[in-house]
Amino acid sequence: MAIVVTVTSGKGGVGKTTSSAAIAAGLAQAGHRTVVIDFDVGLRNLDLVMGVERRVVFDFVSVISGEASLYQALIQDKRLERLSILAASQTKDKDALTEDGVGQVIEQLSDMGFEYIVCDSPAGIERGATMALHFADHAVIVTNPEVSSVRDSDRILGILQSKSKRAEEGGRVNEHLLITRYDPVRVDQGEMLSKEDVCDILAVELIGVVPESKAVLKASNTGFPVILDAESDAGMAYSDAVARFLGEDRPLRFVTPKKQGLLSRILSGGD
Amino acid sequence: MPIFGLFGRKNKSSAAAARERLQILISHERQNRLGPDFLPDLQREILDVVKKYVAVRDDQVSIRIDREGDASVLELNVTLPEN
Repeated sequence: MAIVVTVTSGKGGVGKTTSSAAIAAGLAQAGHRTVVIDFDVGLRNLDLVMGVERRVVFDFVSVISGEASLYQALIQDKRLERLSILAASQTKDKDALTEDGVGQVIEQLSDMGFEYIVCDSPAGIERGATMALHFADHAVIVTNPEVSSVRDSDRILGILQSKSKRAEEGGRVNEHLLITRYDPVRVDQGEMLSKEDVCDILAVELIGVVPESKAVLKASNTGFPVILDAESDAGMAYSDAVARFLGEDRPLRFVTPKKQGLLSRILSGGD
Repeated sequence: MPIFGLFGRKNKSSAAAARERLQILISHERQNRLGPDFLPDLQREILDVVKKYVAVRDDQVSIRIDREGDASVLELNVTLPEN
């Protein structure tokens, strides 16, 4: 049976789609057959971040409704042979996602030999989001070191612990905390919650810290998962996170301020 | 003021404020979430009993559970109409 990894956060704009694309690409790079599904029906964006927006013919909803087969709807990534993408519908209503329908698609993907199914959750706690987390074996909680994001993450943790299939069956979804848009300089200056603060408050094991990085926008501008930019700080941070997910022990990088010379500190200013 | 920044000013940081506010808020929200799920039913049934004797509106009964140390306290408030 394939392992379902849901990337979720509650709050919008924290980096769920960026993280879904990176994690899915990272798993495929590590040799695992992986499919990434966009659950944001009506507001799809994973296709754009993955650079396949011109290849979408059928989507997740058309598979659920029986208009198309999974084989027709899956988009094979051109960079990574083990990676496929299932886009969300742009026009349909989010109520098109039924529990039975989603469950059947996941089962079929599993039968096709996919090892990992990465679910890119929409923001909020409505149908798309609850469907994305319902079948989760693992949940990656994407959180910015910022009050509203941390609060919403806690809310999502509550839903995972009560409404997921695993919870309903008396089990538990494996939770992982991924902190994104982290700025070690601001943390050092007491202007931003530290990774320790966020971990303490949410009480979830940390799987990675992705620094605020220009590479993320550059990657989405051009439509490739930032993890493929192996030279970039964000790319390396995502690689580390995926390696940890797969059981490797790696130290955190990019969590302390870069050493700055006296002159550049004066020139850049304190704030 | 970059020059001051060089000598490490340490007043109470905004991150510390964020941490404190979140800790209070989240522990409160978790308590509500983890509260026993029979509460709504209990509230409705108590209300029905009270209604047999006094005319009260639904919103005049409030019920909550607080944790104090290792004990839980069930608090029930019924606002009785005058006369």
